[in-house]
Amino acid sequence: MTKYKTVGKSKVKIDSLSLATGESRFTDDFELKNPLYLAILYSPHAHAEILNIDDSAARQMKGVVDVFHYGNVKPILHTTAGQGFPEPSPYDTTLFDTKVRFVGDRVAMVAAESREIAEEAIKHITVDYKILEPLFDPEKAMNEDAPQLHGPDRFTPIGAKYEPGKNLAAEVEIEFGDIKKGEREADFVLDHTYYAHYGSHCAQEPHAAISYFDETGRLVIVCTTQVPFHVRRIVSKVCEFPLSKIRVVKPRIGGGFGGKQEVFLEPLVALTTIRHKRPAKIVLNRKEVFQNSRTRHPVRTRLRTGVKKNGEITFLEMDSLLNSGAYGTHALTVLSNCGAKVLPMFNKIENLHFLGRSVYTNLPVGGAYRGYGATQGYFAMNQQIDMIARKLGVDLLEFIKKNHIRVGETSGVFRALGEGKEGVTQYIHSCKLDECIDIGAREIGWYEKRGKKIQNGDKIKGLGMMVAMQGSGIPMVDMGAAYMKMNDDGSFNLDIGATDIGTGSDTILAQIAAEVLSVDLDKIIVLSSDTDRTPFDVGAYASSTTYVSGGAVKKCAEKIRSQIISAASEMMKTDKENLELCDGKVTDGKNNRFVSLSDVAVYTLYSENQFQIQAGASQIVEESPPPFIAQFAEVEVDTKTGKVDLIKFVSVVDCGQAINPKLAEGQIEGATVNGICYALTEEYKFSKNGNLLTKQFRDYKIWSAADLPEIKTIVVDSHEETGPFGAKSVGEIGINGPMPAIANAIYDAVGVRMFKAPFTPARVYREMQKSGCQHY
Amino acid sequence: MNGKFVVNGKQYQFNFNSDERLLFTLRNHGFKEVKNGCLEGECGACLILLNGKPVNSCQVFTASAIGKDIKTVKGIGNLHEPHVIQEAFVEAGAVQCGYCTPGMILATYALLQNKPKPSESEIKNALDGNLCRCTGYVKIIEAVKLAAERLNGVKENKALYGEK
Ligand code: FES
Ligand code: FES
Repeated sequence: MTKYKTVGKSKVKIDSLSLATGESRFTDDFELKNPLYLAILYSPHAHAEILNIDDSAARQMKGVVDVFHYGNVKPILHTTAGQGFPEPSPYDTTLFDTKVRFVGDRVAMVAAESREIAEEAIKHITVDYKILEPLFDPEKAMNEDAPQLHGPDRFTPIGAKYEPGKNLAAEVEIEFGDIKKGEREADFVLDHTYYAHYGSHCAQEPHAAISYFDETGRLVIVCTTQVPFHVRRIVSKVCEFPLSKIRVVKPRIGGGFGGKQEVFLEPLVALTTIRHKRPAKIVLNRKEVFQNSRTRHPVRTRLRTGVKKNGEITFLEMDSLLNSGAYGTHALTVLSNCGAKVLPMFNKIENLHFLGRSVYTNLPVGGAYRGYGATQGYFAMNQQIDMIARKLGVDLLEFIKKNHIRVGETSGVFRALGEGKEGVTQYIHSCKLDECIDIGAREIGWYEKRGKKIQNGDKIKGLGMMVAMQGSGIPMVDMGAAYMKMNDDGSFNLDIGATDIGTGSDTILAQIAAEVLSVDLDKIIVLSSDTDRTPFDVGAYASSTTYVSGGAVKKCAEKIRSQIISAASEMMKTDKENLELCDGKVTDGKNNRFVSLSDVAVYTLYSENQFQIQAGASQIVEESPPPFIAQFAEVEVDTKTGKVDLIKFVSVVDCGQAINPKLAEGQIEGATVNGICYALTEEYKFSKNGNLLTKQFRDYKIWSAADLPEIKTIVVDSHEETGPFGAKSVGEIGINGPMPAIANAIYDAVGVRMFKAPFTPARVYREMQKSGCQHY
Repeated sequence: MNGKFVVNGKQYQFNFNSDERLLFTLRNHGFKEVKNGCLEGECGACLILLNGKPVNSCQVFTASAIGKDIKTVKGIGNLHEPHVIQEAFVEAGAVQCGYCTPGMILATYALLQNKPKPSESEIKNALDGNLCRCTGYVKIIEAVKLAAERLNGVKENKALYGEK
């Protein structure tokens, strides 16, 4: 099918054998000489002022070296969001504060000779709290009498409305056309409210960081990060240590999914190493990952849509309330994406209003999480669309096909909603969504089973589906860079800032370079994500790596190719136009001659006028072409218990040209199963004073292989003209579908709408009782 | 405390605290391929073979494993001579971040020792204790099937031509 040699081939992931044989090193695997181990004391209260910290008992313990808290660490306001500079997240955080804002907020930290001593010592720190009234309900956050988390004074501009004095972490609003007019034209209006819940990334490797001074006195940080360059910048700021003296190295990373975009451990090890001139180490335990790291922001979405009998949607109003938790990291950008990634999908709606608010509450902190607002927004949108189609009495698939965005079309939303600044106008160049829908329908048996309520004892079957788009990087914001040089034997070093966190980006970026240079993949030697050794890249987020960093690699390799051709033309004394680089050699087709790449390398390195064939390139993108997906669920609902069994789940994706189809499938499969668990079993439950109760895998249930239904993933042929070799992104999009597709399937089976997730047996059962489901 | 252990076929003498878990003893002595994912016996990242049986090493007191035979993922193959199962995981695309992989591979190894031709549901059940957040398990299950096929092929060949 493909005209490429390396691109489009399911090459083996270049680091996978090293991982499968246990050779690869993760952060916790690095040996440190005589390190200090860190343990953190967390707040037992949801909202309190710290009146006093008495650390004397802890300090007297043998093996305790230091106790850090607000009394001895300078409070420098920053955000842990790990975004580009200036971050579009409020600077509302200090390393240690005089106030705690959720159960699990950081109070103090012990550095000790062993992990056991550090953990013991935190129990000997005495803290006097003045307990404040907590705020748990985001709906009440902006009430006059609501407790204030941050107060009006800690203010930094974030490129959007932000009023900490009102617990408002961010507000965005856009409006097109005339909602009133849309209301008048509508034959019926649907008005529903949906609740997407907290979620934990559950990367199998817990967050960790180590730091030490190297033999030249530079501070080296090795950490579980998705954003090494942002880590360097933020540590420099928060620890007041020169950026030039910091080196951040990303080793292998045990999954991220957004959770490792947050820069919240690195400053702690750095601070310790700087203060005590000793290596330092921190590894979170699983409970800390659940409670004290970051989560998916819960979002309440109210959708109002007016519809004409002929199927035209006359207006759409989306009101999103995002619970940011105690701090505002990603509060603006996830919120924007609730609208920005969702509203352009149905771009024919002329009268449109989106109001988004992010509010502070005394609950765990939200952050970046695969899907990034789109997951929450599509949960609402795809159920609403299902309801509209049902009310009109038309097939959902036909309704979507009539209304979704197409090639050559645009949406005003692209420009209106950016990430902390105005967005960018863009037109769709590639969209195979109709094909995705048709293939998915065939795979799931849509026309045979939809609406048939096939019964099997107490169980009833149903089918549901959804469609979504995501983006490929943040246009005019994200930047990735690459550097390459050629070696004696015709191999190449490829140094990239891009951050492989298990996604396979090292591999697909090498494939892009190999394709340009027409060499085997093993001729490309990849070094990634070392702030001393590789050029800058924003890191692994916003589905940017393939499109943005891939573009940089392609450009860089093309520069190398033209240098090779120049050198070869000198060697062969012929015009460059006569030469072609192919299969590891430069051929002069006319005269039937060639030189090998190693001939060229040796010539340039060792002849006269020697030079190094080398190049660097940067990529900043003007567009963010969306990948598209159609996802289908077949469920069986037990009417006696409310238990939802997922029988089959189908995803069909248009990600442009998949650089590596197997890795692309793997991204979709992983995202899909994550989304399925989020829809059915994953749940944060709190005690009434805000303490998280579900902070172990036995309470916060993610699936194992044994729970797996039939999963089918299909990547369709597509080509995005602006992407490297036609590629778009694929990392995030797959997580959006399970929740709405399963909700729509539950409705198809038993006729109840699941406005709240997860769809646990108890919740589904309750809904069935409420609706008087006749099967019950 | 201290005691003798056999790890990946070699004898070792380890020092450890009386209440130490085997996961930490192994990691402290350089066996970093045994991963810490939860310390609660829920994820399988720390899975090893103890006298041939898969166990979560975070749930085993080191003291109780004295004298026993321990196998980590490095004990079945290495970069230069990978085991068929390791190769199958690589080829099937079953390794994303790789953090769950050592445990998954050892669970597979234990399964295929007992059941050379497992059914799909036997595979799924054998991996029930091993969480993976990256792959959605699809390619892991394919990897186990591929490994089983190849191992059976090898065995059948051996049966045909006699073991060399
Ligand atoms: S670390 Fe032992 S089961 Fe998770
Ligand atoms: S590959 Fe990352 S957890 Fe399994």
